[in-house]
Amino acid sequence: MPEINEIMGQYSELFMLLAAGTYTVAFIAFAWDLARSSRTLRAVDLKAATAAPAQASAPARVPISAGTSARASGDRAASGVGGPAGFAERPSSAAHRTGEDAAGAGRTAGTDMDYAPARRMPARVGVALTMLGALIHGAGVVTRALGAGRVPWGNMYEFLTTGAFVVAAVFLLALIRRDLRFLGTFVIGLVIIMQVAASVAYWTPVGHLVPALQSYWLIIHVSIAVLSSALFTLTFALSALQLVQSRRQKTVAAGGAARLGFMRVVPSALSLENLSYRINALGFIGWTFTLMFGAIWAEKAWGRFWGWDTKEVWTFVIWVVYAGYLHARATRGWTGTRAAWLSIVGYLCVVFNFTIVNQFFNGLHSYSGL
Amino acid sequence: MSLSDAPETAAGPVPPPLGPAGMLRWAWTQLTSMRTAIFLLLLLAVVAVPGSLFPQRPANPALVTQYIKDRPEYGKILDSLQLFDVYSSAWFSAIYILLFISLIGCVIPRARAHWKALRSAPPRTPRRLSRLPEYGTLVLPAESGVSPGDAIRDAADVLKKRGYRVDIRDADAAMPSLGAERGLLREVGNLVFHTALIGVLVSVAIGGLFGYRGQKIIIEGDTFVNTLVGYDNFTPGTNFQSDWLDPFAITLDKFEVRFDRESTRQFGQPIDFKAAVTTRESPDAAPQQQVLKVNEPVYFGGTGIFLVGNGYAPIVTVKDGDGNTAFSGPVVSVPNDAVYTSSIVLKAPDASPSQLGFVGFFLPSAIKNQEGVSYSFDPDPLNPQLNLNSYYGDLGLDTGKPQNVYNLDVQNLTQLNGRDLPAGGIVLDAGQSYTLPEGKGSISFDGLKRYIGVDIRTVPGQEGVLIFSLAAVAGLIVSLYVNRRRVWLRAGAHVDGRTMIEYGLLARGEDHRLAPEAAAIRARLAARWNLAESDPAAAAAVPARSPKEH
Ligand code: HEM
Repeated sequence: MPEINEIMGQYSELFMLLAAGTYTVAFIAFAWDLARSSRTLRAVDLKAATAAPAQASAPARVPISAGTSARASGDRAASGVGGPAGFAERPSSAAHRTGEDAAGAGRTAGTDMDYAPARRMPARVGVALTMLGALIHGAGVVTRALGAGRVPWGNMYEFLTTGAFVVAAVFLLALIRRDLRFLGTFVIGLVIIMQVAASVAYWTPVGHLVPALQSYWLIIHVSIAVLSSALFTLTFALSALQLVQSRRQKTVAAGGAARLGFMRVVPSALSLENLSYRINALGFIGWTFTLMFGAIWAEKAWGRFWGWDTKEVWTFVIWVVYAGYLHARATRGWTGTRAAWLSIVGYLCVVFNFTIVNQFFNGLHSYSGL
Repeated sequence: MSLSDAPETAAGPVPPPLGPAGMLRWAWTQLTSMRTAIFLLLLLAVVAVPGSLFPQRPANPALVTQYIKDRPEYGKILDSLQLFDVYSSAWFSAIYILLFISLIGCVIPRARAHWKALRSAPPRTPRRLSRLPEYGTLVLPAESGVSPGDAIRDAADVLKKRGYRVDIRDADAAMPSLGAERGLLREVGNLVFHTALIGVLVSVAIGGLFGYRGQKIIIEGDTFVNTLVGYDNFTPGTNFQSDWLDPFAITLDKFEVRFDRESTRQFGQPIDFKAAVTTRESPDAAPQQQVLKVNEPVYFGGTGIFLVGNGYAPIVTVKDGDGNTAFSGPVVSVPNDAVYTSSIVLKAPDASPSQLGFVGFFLPSAIKNQEGVSYSFDPDPLNPQLNLNSYYGDLGLDTGKPQNVYNLDVQNLTQLNGRDLPAGGIVLDAGQSYTLPEGKGSISFDGLKRYIGVDIRTVPGQEGVLIFSLAAVAGLIVSLYVNRRRVWLRAGAHVDGRTMIEYGLLARGEDHRLAPEAAAIRARLAARWNLAESDPAAAAAVPARSPKEH
């Protein structure tokens, strides 16, 4: 058994603290960006409205799915087909589509999340600080692993700090492919909450693993659980935004005043739904593996692969909720807002499984380290 | 689902036709609809929750008994609602059985339909391709010499290379077309996933029917032989025959425990449990030295032995009032906390003139607090000590009623020792002995052994569960990431000799990569016909008209 290096452990805690501080500044930058961008966009809209009637600001935000067809068939919109926007995607509820058509063009960012080339200085600062924070955070995770001489996810503190790192890293990776900077406030906000909860409620010094956790299955099972939870964290933010955006679009479509100005930086509800569907599908596969590897581990440790232990029950419940979500998307009448709610309920179950079940329900999984 | 591809299973409720057969058919349609399946699925999640809120009999029967006893008003009611046996309750079973019937009722017709789809040509070319979500046109100049028929054959070639099944229509007519399809594997994956779920359930049921599990406590030096009488606890599956038990034997030679001595906050937390055992496959097989640890079970064929508990077994000798040895040997104590403060019960029914009973605690590292109460400060046996009360009388063991060995019913006994009695409680350090009051005999604490608790199990369907689960994941990934797409292409000759081509794409289900696919196909076709497509604006400038309209 490797030695415990408490100095490394202290370095790790210092890094965690520094990372949380950096994230906090990034959070402020992202929030500032939301506020400023919404003001800029409103100015653009106003100018467009005065320069040319309607649709003037559309070209910059033509959804990518239009592709060739939009270019090749300029007359189709007029022919009553209504444009191909979003057609290749699973149609959402009627409210969604009218929402997208009515409000999508002028009042929210486009499906491709490819914004007009306006420079968003605060957002850039936010991303840069998030990168810096993630770098420090990563150092914290690595020093923790070195200090304990094993993988850094053996108790709740480690699960949370490593999980928060994965959330930040996945967010940064996603940024390479898509401009998700509008999510920064929400994702980095969640990361900060996770870091604070880890240090305040779940702090545990570096230590050895209890015999029940000494297995290579810890490496496999928990790492996939951390990764899937991180993905579900992202979709939680997306689905929550989707609900707000969907309401806002309905209000706007009904001729109401568009409040919550910052939401105009956020893409349409349908784009949010499609993105969160794709991430949730990935998360669901991960969670399926979590469940399976957990069962294999349970067979090794306790002699049965499934015993309805509290933790097993809740892992199963989460799995079923997300399976329900995937099915809901395949069923008419259950997309849009209802699917978003399922995704949110799924995430709440993840949080419940981690906090309440670990601490207050007695079962075989008493490895919280508290 | 886009356009015409919505599954009929998603249809809303239809009023039932008259007649019992019609009613049945209606009920079946309802049950096997996707909507019902989602509802049942979510319901299953909801009804699984009480199992984590209430103690469950299969996991901990003693806890359930205590729970009901502590709640005289409603414990019994909860019990009659099967809230302590959630996962074998009528309502839980009803929901998952309905769900799986629904699943079977859905998989079979879908499999049949897909089998047909696999063997039939892609659907006919729609009249107005321009209505499809992805649509585009290409124009071949007259001097290229590519006729509409050639163009369709070329396109078929290109599409085949991209993995499409292609069907050419009206090849020699004025406006030939083709229909192409790929990604039929998506539905296969989906069917595999759902079928595998059924497989998982069947395998689990097989384990429940033909498996067994048992518990045994083995003290250092003792041997367990795998026969029915050897078990402390035995739960056979519904169809299990006890002569299926393999006659293996396992001897616990030594059990070592290591506690954390480095960390300050986790000081004394266990970091290693290691049981050195000698095993024999059968009575006349050669003995084998093996190590049994947590997470590292020992297997005899399909039967696994799992280390699930451990504790101390103080060696005690009891002499009765006549001076004869009434009991001698290790007594299993049950640890109650992290420092192994352990409850201990000792019954000496062979003592005479009266039977003797002892109840109390074993403390591995005893120390007194300010009030003079002993407690244990460490899980290692640094200062082992027994703190006991003693009783005499009829232990009630002769009635033949089964008794819990870890519980002494003192109702019909007379107390000899105790904190409140003049004689006080019995406190024995290692090696000490104590003479009981009233000439009832004596007790001595002669040594200390450790014991392990093992679970012994056979679960026959286990490999099936694993294989079906893996199949389910594979099917899931395929059904989520293979995209099912259709492409149609139509060609026609313009009066001025140019060949006009229009194409359209349609996705079935979730497909965010349909537009890139359309662009890729377009690029391949353009390359094939040497069309200059470097400037997309030029391509876009071509008016989008179907050849027919020229
Ligand atoms: C009567 C029962 C069921 C029906 C009718 C049904 C139907 C379907 C259908 C039609 C799809 C394809 C969706 C699409 O093409 O996009 C699907 C996918 C799926 N089903 Fe089921 N299902 C049933 C039961 C279950 C159960 C019990 C589970 C697991 C607990 C499950 C998990 C899944 C998953 C994970 C997918 C993949 C998601 C997707 O492809 O969109 N299904 N199911």
